[in-house]
Amino acid sequence: MANALVFIDNPGAALKKSSLELLTLARKLGETAVAINGELTDDVAATLGAYGVATIFQPSADDLDDYLVAAKAGYLAAAVAASGATAVLVENSPEGKEIAGRLGIKLNAGVITDVVGVDADGTAHKSVLAGSYNTTAKATTPVSVFSVKANIVEPEPAGAAAAPATAKVEVPADAAANAARISSRTVKPASGRPDLSEARIVVAGGRGVDGDFGPLEELADALGAAVGASRAATDAGWIGHDAQVGQTGVTVSPQLYISAGISGAIQQKAGMQTSKVIVAINKDAESPVFEIADFGIIGDLFKVVPQATAEIKKRKG
Amino acid sequence: MKIVVLVKHVPDAQFDRHITGPGNTTDRDESILSELDEYALEAALQLAEERGGAKAGNEVIALSMGPSGAVNVVKKSLQIGAYSGVHLSDDALAGSDAAATSLALAATIRHLSADGRPVDLVLTGMASTDGETSLIPAQLAERLSLPQLTFASSLEVNGGTVVARRDAGSHSETVEAQLPALVSVTDQINEPRYPNFKGILAAKKKKIASLSLADIGVDPSEVGQAGSWTVVESAAARPPRTAGTIITDEGDAGIKLVDFLAAQKLL
Ligand SMILES: Cc1cc2nc3c(=O)[nH]c(=O)nc-3n(C[C@H](O)[C@H](O)[C@H](O)COP(=O)(O)OP(=O)(O)OC[C@H]3O[C@@H](n4cnc5c(N)ncnc54)[C@H](O)[C@@H]3O)c2cc1C
Repeated sequence: MANALVFIDNPGAALKKSSLELLTLARKLGETAVAINGELTDDVAATLGAYGVATIFQPSADDLDDYLVAAKAGYLAAAVAASGATAVLVENSPEGKEIAGRLGIKLNAGVITDVVGVDADGTAHKSVLAGSYNTTAKATTPVSVFSVKANIVEPEPAGAAAAPATAKVEVPADAAANAARISSRTVKPASGRPDLSEARIVVAGGRGVDGDFGPLEELADALGAAVGASRAATDAGWIGHDAQVGQTGVTVSPQLYISAGISGAIQQKAGMQTSKVIVAINKDAESPVFEIADFGIIGDLFKVVPQATAEIKKRKG
Repeated sequence: MKIVVLVKHVPDAQFDRHITGPGNTTDRDESILSELDEYALEAALQLAEERGGAKAGNEVIALSMGPSGAVNVVKKSLQIGAYSGVHLSDDALAGSDAAATSLALAATIRHLSADGRPVDLVLTGMASTDGETSLIPAQLAERLSLPQLTFASSLEVNGGTVVARRDAGSHSETVEAQLPALVSVTDQINEPRYPNFKGILAAKKKKIASLSLADIGVDPSEVGQAGSWTVVESAAARPPRTAGTIITDEGDAGIKLVDFLAAQKLL
């Protein structure tokens, strides 16, 4: 019997950092099982063993990816029954949260989203109202479902590695009966930069970049950072919508957030104000972003940013 | 087509928001229509208008669950253009988590289908601007056994099929389902209209149905804190971020920035 079940959707050739974080966190709750969807490579199985996973569940059906959310929730409900787990951990992506939501109804289980920490007794920590409150919450039901944010623990393998057992889980025949079907999918070209929601450093630009993200991209590359944007910049089509940070974009919580040419509207702040260190570069001394910046520069980003990039390159040699 | 749009009464994010009371719930004085629900309402109005509007038998019903003040967001929805409104209100609903809320909303939607004209489409915003969990669309769809098409950045209904586009971080996809269905929409889908003078006058003549738990056949023990599956045990205001060092560029701010990053061990 497992205590915690971690869902890992399509692990690919190697586990993402956020998956390793889920596994690290799950060990606090007891013996861990994993439910994966998609192919399981030997490497991934070995890593799961190194992270203390006792059992890896796989679905009897291989078409879960053809449906939106509902089929995966059906599979996961069956995996919870098979594992006997009392806590389920999924990633906090929009899809992860929805799987958690449907799973909660299927299992009569309380769901807690946006989790940034879990105690051994199942108490979850989260921040709410755009980062203005820290709360603790708990499910009052036999099973708890958590969707957990990325970047909250350092991944750490278990003391002793084990070879996990694998087991098939029978996906309920009607799991996809009420699911929307995915009729086409286009994968966006990878930028080669870190994933925005997981990056340690984010360099973000707004209307002030006036159509040219070049200087920010160069700074990002010098720092190994992801590139983010305000809605004004994504709406203008200067950068893809997936770069948008904020209430209706991605929420980030990096070590360092550099905001350049962004005024700092409430919807933008909602997505970044839990960053450890905030740097703001803006021409206008009255911009609200300066109210939350640890280091603010009143100046033209087209002068400041290239100078900083050159200096970083010089110091890094 | 019969469309129900969920509209939520939320504290205005432009002001400080507070968590209060023994249940650690959000203070709802100074509340407004959740901005992200305006996109769902606009999408509903466009679908109904494309089909000939009220004259052709289409319905756009704005539904809000919440305390007495929540009726204001139903009224605002009517001013924007919703054809009729429903306000679900009951003291026992206070403190409902997403699971309990979705139970009450599911019962309300079944109730609205009981007149022989079933609801074809439930439309919601991508998240509320207070709880921000995005759980309600998924949980409501699960309770009503409906397909969900969430985070739609475009939406079409062709005959009995609903087609939506969604953009995830690494890919974009087209999803489709048969009606009845539930769709949540992002702020990319349209430009919501504002109430105009004509709309405000017209809203006065539109009907708002007030429903209680008894009307929708839900026992008070199934909702509120009694029916919730989660409890918020503690809430502490985060100290607001305070401004740090602000400098004005004198030609060397880029260098000073790198000095700062080095001092913070961020290089
Ligand atoms: C429902 C809703 C959801 C929203 N969701 C989001 C969201 O998720 N994310 C988001 O970001 N916004 C969101 N917004 C929009 C938000 O309200 C602001 O409009 C937006 O963040 C403004 O972007 P900006 O700061 O880039 O542009 P502006 O507010 O126009 O600010 C541009 C800034 O650039 C500065 N500037 C100009 N030129 C230079 C230069 N050369 N060097 C330095 N500084 C310069 C200016 O001084 C100014 O402060 C949302 C709005 C709504 C209504």
